[in-house]
Amino acid sequence: MTQPSEVLLQANAVSIAYGDQLAVNAVTLPIYQQRITSIIGPSGCGKSTLLRSFNRMNDFIDQVTLTGKVTFNDQNVYASDADPVAVRLNIGMVFQKPNPFPKTIYDNVAWAPKINGRRDNMDDRVEQALRQAALWDEVKDRLQESALNLSGGQQQRLCIARALAMNPLVLLMDEPCSALDPVSTARIEDLLFELKETLTIVIVTHNMQQAARVSDFTAFMENGVLIEYGPTETLFTNPENKRTEEYVTGRFG
Amino acid sequence: MTPQAQLLKKRHRISAAFKLFCLSVTCLAVSILGILILEVTLLGLPWLNADFLTSFPSRFPEKAGILAGLAGTLWLVTLTAAIAIPIGVLAAVYLEEYAKPGRVATLITINIANLAGVPSIVYGILGLAIFVRFLGLERSVLAGAMTMSLLILPVIIIASREAIKAVPSSLRQVAFALGATRWQVTRDHVLPQAMPGILTGVILALSRAIGETAPLIMIGALTYIAFVPEGPMDEFTALPIQIYNWTSRPQEAFHELASAGIIVLLLVLLIMNATAVWIRYRGSKNKFK
Repeated sequence: MTQPSEVLLQANAVSIAYGDQLAVNAVTLPIYQQRITSIIGPSGCGKSTLLRSFNRMNDFIDQVTLTGKVTFNDQNVYASDADPVAVRLNIGMVFQKPNPFPKTIYDNVAWAPKINGRRDNMDDRVEQALRQAALWDEVKDRLQESALNLSGGQQQRLCIARALAMNPLVLLMDEPCSALDPVSTARIEDLLFELKETLTIVIVTHNMQQAARVSDFTAFMENGVLIEYGPTETLFTNPENKRTEEYVTGRFG
Repeated sequence: MTPQAQLLKKRHRISAAFKLFCLSVTCLAVSILGILILEVTLLGLPWLNADFLTSFPSRFPEKAGILAGLAGTLWLVTLTAAIAIPIGVLAAVYLEEYAKPGRVATLITINIANLAGVPSIVYGILGLAIFVRFLGLERSVLAGAMTMSLLILPVIIIASREAIKAVPSSLRQVAFALGATRWQVTRDHVLPQAMPGILTGVILALSRAIGETAPLIMIGALTYIAFVPEGPMDEFTALPIQIYNWTSRPQEAFHELASAGIIVLLLVLLIMNATAVWIRYRGSKNKFK
């Protein structure tokens, strides 16, 4: 599956600055449909900032400026007539820390469809999302319990289910396993393979083994610059750039 | 003893002395309050009975009661809550969730903080000029409630802003990432999380309104009322006014009546503050982490 498919999402010469500090420097990165793309790099290299620009989550940070274009289905999500709310309906996100709402398991999943006016067949929607996130069998008998009673790994899968309930086309994941134990991490990685049958996934990770295991394509960033991008296998076994080689072999970072 | 050990001993002594100092200051404050409450209770308790709670004021102390004041205070606090809570909370939501930080926002913030420190009599003058005279509300309980609302709005806004500010921004981000509008995020997540803090601030503000006397005297709330207000346009009196009136009479019996009135006022305050504690306790269970 490491052949490129159609480009669904693309950063075009994207530069992002916090105040006058440049965090992402002229990055062009195509994201292929139904593939898993991972973005790796040392802390502070701008990988999370780049990820958050895909669904305009940087809008909420003061003094962030973005130049360049992010296109989704060939539409610029930063166009003056683009609606960030509509963008986020198609591009879901899972965060680093499992962060369910302090509500019931059912209400966590049902909230997004509810506020978007999709109230019909809610039970089916919730079940489908929980099944997709491989959580249904564990929680089907306690949907009305508080989500805070779940374990960390279950909470993170609930957060994935919550994002999937809107049937997005893209799922952005910002170090989704960094707060989880190895067993929970393995479950989420298995889940990613199932999800890419229908979804396009971009995952930011600190864990190079994880990038090597799960992703079809890998982008390596350093100091805001995209150093190298290609099929994961090539990037890890035969990188073109010296810095990439040093990073993936663990010589720095 | 080594110099090191000597120094350590001295440091422990200073630490113990400071603890003693804090303890004695606390005891002083609590005992002054205790003496006050004790005196009020001793004086007022014999007068506190069903007749006292169900009678109107009278020039005979044994026939006088607190009903008009109690009913007026309940009317006043209910109307004040109905006016001040929506305005205060919505203003706080606007300032925290919508307003762009900048010079205008800073100016508003500083002004609200200053308004919280304006003497209450000034609000009374304002209420007299605007609500009583200009809007022609006369000496109604509505005019009183609107004046009290002005008085406590700064406190409600400040407390609500702090409560809203304390909601983690990660919660907002999660909700936004699911394709919510700001109103949906505020309604379903920010306000429920901030509610215990907002309600605590609201109840403390209302407690202050209950105890205020000066602005009510200014707008002409009466002291001799032999009826219970039946609508927002009726004239009224309030507990602190009644108490103030009794203390200013020469007869000793009226002073004891005032003490009984103070006990009633304290009980109302106690009930409100207990409600605040209970709400905060309930809200702490469903906190977003």
